[in-house]
Amino acid sequence: MTTQIARGNEGGPRVAGEAAPTSTGSRGTRILGLLTLVALALLALFALVLSPEDSNQGDAVRIMYIHVPSATLAYTGCGLATLGSIMYLWRKSQWWDLVAYASAEIAALFTAVTLLTGMLWGRPTWGVFWVWDARLTSTAMLLLLLLGYLAVHRLPAEYSVRAKRASIVGLLLVPNVIIVRQSVQWWRTLHQKPTLFSNGLGSKIEGLMLFSLFLGFIAIGLLFAWLLVHRFRLAWLEEQIEAEGIDVAIAERRAEAGGIAPGEAAP
Amino acid sequence: MIRDALLVAGKDLRLELRSRVALNQIVPFALLVLVLFAFALDPDRGVLDAATPGLYWVAVLFSGLLALQRSFSVEAADGNRDQLRLSGLDPAGIYLGKALAVAAQLLVLEVLLGVGVAVLYTTDVAGWPLLLATVVVATAGIAAAGTLYGVVSAGLRVRETLLPLLLLPVLAPILIGSTRAFEAALGGTPSDGWPWVGLMSVFAVLYVVAGVLGFGPLLEEA
Repeated sequence: MTTQIARGNEGGPRVAGEAAPTSTGSRGTRILGLLTLVALALLALFALVLSPEDSNQGDAVRIMYIHVPSATLAYTGCGLATLGSIMYLWRKSQWWDLVAYASAEIAALFTAVTLLTGMLWGRPTWGVFWVWDARLTSTAMLLLLLLGYLAVHRLPAEYSVRAKRASIVGLLLVPNVIIVRQSVQWWRTLHQKPTLFSNGLGSKIEGLMLFSLFLGFIAIGLLFAWLLVHRFRLAWLEEQIEAEGIDVAIAERRAEAGGIAPGEAAP
Repeated sequence: MIRDALLVAGKDLRLELRSRVALNQIVPFALLVLVLFAFALDPDRGVLDAATPGLYWVAVLFSGLLALQRSFSVEAADGNRDQLRLSGLDPAGIYLGKALAVAAQLLVLEVLLGVGVAVLYTTDVAGWPLLLATVVVATAGIAAAGTLYGVVSAGLRVRETLLPLLLLPVLAPILIGSTRAFEAALGGTPSDGWPWVGLMSVFAVLYVVAGVLGFGPLLEEA
């Protein structure tokens, strides 16, 4: 879906008077959005009403239906950001850079959601919001690494400068996440065995709970895709405006000087 | 490449020898951090003793950041960046040279800080082989990653605030590894520390490779 849009924009040169897209929505994304809404409503129904309480964790287990898919998608987005960065460095296409940027931003959002829901789950289950567990710590580090990438991409500098620098940072995102995870895991497991997740989740999910979790993956996955498409289009439009703004300004100056007509001004 | 690296490293170190910015400002800052830790954590309660390896490496990271900022601010003036590109030096050589110069300054800083910690925090120094190996690989890791992220944030108005945000999360494995290795060495159980030296070596190699490959494109832009 995203490919189509990009080709549409990439294909034609920016000609004054051509109808520029004024919204980030299209028929495809409206259908996707509708599906997302339905899936989220179903998820709410199954997660909050139909699925049973957990014998150990009680109602707190219901957070899992958002928490686990969010975490998975946060890592997916991180992988997409690195893939986009590699492709940008290789192909020099703005499309890939903006895919990386949009994925990183949404990955940061989902990482934050993961941390927040995890804390809300931890408070009733463990009695504290935060423990220095390997997973928690490395997820927090993931968020900081993503924020660093986003900061570079938002630098007050020319597009080519910040895109190139951001894609170097983005390229190192996944290796960094792996090495940070590894070190944090060693750091914690040298002291204590990871006991937190070995007895509660994962071992005995079945029936309606498993189905709700499955539904969670679908609903949050659709939400991720919808957000990604829209964020990408927004970023694309932003860059177009920036580039166009300069073209228009150059054309106006030239027209003032009485030289070339505005329409012929080369970018 | 090696010849270019030595040229650039020599230039940076000569610059430091003549300006003495690291010696006159960064080393005192590092010692100041040690004193501040003592103020924050009452030396009589034993907290300082237990936390010595961690405090040492946090002090190294913070003062190392200053050394890195300095290493790139000398390139920012008078269009030095363009002149480096025009010089015909191999970009990989420039990267290695900058990293070498930073590493050399960090080593001096670490020795002085080590003396400071041993004296001020009354540490019994033990486990020399592990301590030395840790210092070497951690320094290589900090210099390699720091130089790469240094050039990412170089030449921008926001460089002072951007570099710490980019670099410190990335250096988390170095801080964890070097601190655990130091604890193992000082605690008399060096076998616990060697896996960390291995992890930090992987980190350093990864960043040297990334820097050698990535420095060219970064230098050529704009």
